[in-house]
Amino acid sequence: MNQSRIIPWIGFGLGALYFLIPLIATFEFSMRMERGTYSFKAYRIVFADPGFQASFAYSAVIAVLTIIVGVALVVPTAYLVQLKLPRLRPVVEFLTLLPLVIPAIVIVFGYLRMYNSSSILPLTGSARGTDLLLIFAYVMLSLPYMYRSVDTALRTIDIRTLTEAAQSLGSSWPRIMLQVILPNVRVGVLSGAFLTFAIVIGEFTMASLLNRPAFGPYMQLIGANRAYEPAALAIIAFAVTWACMGLIQLVASLSPGSKR
Amino acid sequence: MAFLSISRLTKTFGTNTTVKGADLEVERGEFLTLLGPSGCGKTTILRMVAGFETPTSGTIRIDGKDVTDLKPHQRKIGMVFQAYALFPNMSVRDNIAFGLKVAHRSASEIDARVKEMLELIKLPQLADRYPYQLSGGQQQRVALARALAIKPQILLLDEPLSALDAKIRVSLREEIRALQRQLGITTIFVTHDQEEALSMSDRICVMSEGRIEQLGTPFEIYNYPKTRFVASFVGTLNILRGKVTDGAAGRVQIDGQEVVTNRGLNGASTGDEVAVALRPEALSIGRANGQSNNLDGVIDEVHFLGSVVRIRVRFSDTAVSLDTFNRPNAAPPERGQPITVNFGREDILVLEGPAH
Ligand SMILES: Nc1ncnc2c1ncn2[C@@H]1O[C@H](COP(=O)(O)OP(=O)(O)O)[C@@H](O)[C@H]1O
Ligand SMILES: [Mg+2]
Repeated sequence: MNQSRIIPWIGFGLGALYFLIPLIATFEFSMRMERGTYSFKAYRIVFADPGFQASFAYSAVIAVLTIIVGVALVVPTAYLVQLKLPRLRPVVEFLTLLPLVIPAIVIVFGYLRMYNSSSILPLTGSARGTDLLLIFAYVMLSLPYMYRSVDTALRTIDIRTLTEAAQSLGSSWPRIMLQVILPNVRVGVLSGAFLTFAIVIGEFTMASLLNRPAFGPYMQLIGANRAYEPAALAIIAFAVTWACMGLIQLVASLSPGSKR
Repeated sequence: MAFLSISRLTKTFGTNTTVKGADLEVERGEFLTLLGPSGCGKTTILRMVAGFETPTSGTIRIDGKDVTDLKPHQRKIGMVFQAYALFPNMSVRDNIAFGLKVAHRSASEIDARVKEMLELIKLPQLADRYPYQLSGGQQQRVALARALAIKPQILLLDEPLSALDAKIRVSLREEIRALQRQLGITTIFVTHDQEEALSMSDRICVMSEGRIEQLGTPFEIYNYPKTRFVASFVGTLNILRGKVTDGAAGRVQIDGQEVVTNRGLNGASTGDEVAVALRPEALSIGRANGQSNNLDGVIDEVHFLGSVVRIRVRFSDTAVSLDTFNRPNAAPPERGQPITVNFGREDILVLEGPAH
């Protein structure tokens, strides 16, 4: 290895250690529930806990609904902005980045003021209404990731010409969206979807303040009351996130038409 | 009445008028080419016919029916783009079937039509490939099949060959023309390549800056260009400065030597400065007698182009290029040699407008 390669490798090694040491330590700790021997007991307890199952299932359902609403909102928007309103693009990009700048707690207090039980639209008055509010909040939280990945995918195809080709073959707008545009941005949509899934599964602030039985508040509850289980939960949450990242890579490499 | 009839068609983008009152009639089964430099408004006309742009004013009629305000998907027009525009997520078969599925044809009818189209473009073995697995030429043939599958009333092609290699370009243009004849489909072809236009078209519509300069057969456009623009855009042209010495007899002086034209002076009269056009292939080396014109000059440059040798001949203050065939057993002409070129009275064309 020559001189010029050593420095980057040292940097990379330090970064990896910074990331891996706490992870390994947490993992090691999560295995020490039984005195004197390594075991998966903490994991067994976590998986067997009805609270874990219920909150994880709740968050997973919310995540899937968030993804559906998000895709239905973002794909047509990004498409129309690119095709018809290219001048609006910086504005839309700025808007989609706002959730990164505005703290979730601010947004949630805003929601509570806007949609409380004495407002015109009393969403927080019922559990289903609050679920809906939570989904919309998550759609907004995931906007930076969803919009970016869809927008990037749209930029790799010539949407104007494809749209015109479909139109001249007699196609209407819904068919163009579903059969021509969506399949060609599938990779972008899926990577946005997996990122959204990872975000929603781990989100705490909004779920907690809206008092929903989600996975984030459950992790917090366990963390405050137990010793070994939180470490196991942290590792599980990591595994979910990594599985999502792995799926993004997999989808990107398997899709037909991507090997150009 | 013509099958496609465009009248007083105008398109303005902001403050920029791209198409300025175009009138055009295309007969049923005709192959018409819009030819002009980049930016002259060819694509805009095509897109208005397809319905992708709304004309600022003017009308478009197809088969007697006013389609000016119809949406693109209501027009039954086949379109082929420079960038192929095949749907990347669909196989060749599905691409060709797309328009038929949109029209809710039966599965058996779609199968039969797709098969027929694949035979037509001579790619039956590639039905299950995806666009990214095809060469540019193959993609463009599939795009053509996709456009033709729905039996459109009119086929529009916007520079379909520009993205291809020179060799494929030539073979595909012959193929497109043969297909068009076989199907008898009314076609508008857009190109900036005069060779393509001359070799493929029934008629050529030469455009410049949003206006139609001249409409005619390739023969008319090449041999009888009406304007200086058409003369210089179509084919290689030598333009010389001349002065009319005898308007009635068609006598023109070029660099102190007199020549005669029998093609009229395009409105110029005795004493006027005019621009005179000569095609390189009209010029021959040597002195000719009788009715021909002769000009004496000196060889300025010799370019060996393979089958043809292009020679530049300088007179006292202008120069012309001429082409001769390469002959392996004759020594090529050399720079600095004196030379006489001759050409017929019908080969010299006085262009409209002042000389410059
Ligand atoms: N959508 C548009 N908005 C603004 N200007 C346009 C638009 N489409 C074309 N133009 C302008 O119209 C002129 C002619 O364009 P085009 O018809 O594409 O020419 P051609 O196909 O002959 O190269 C160009 O100057 C181009 O910039
Ligand atoms: Mg063009």
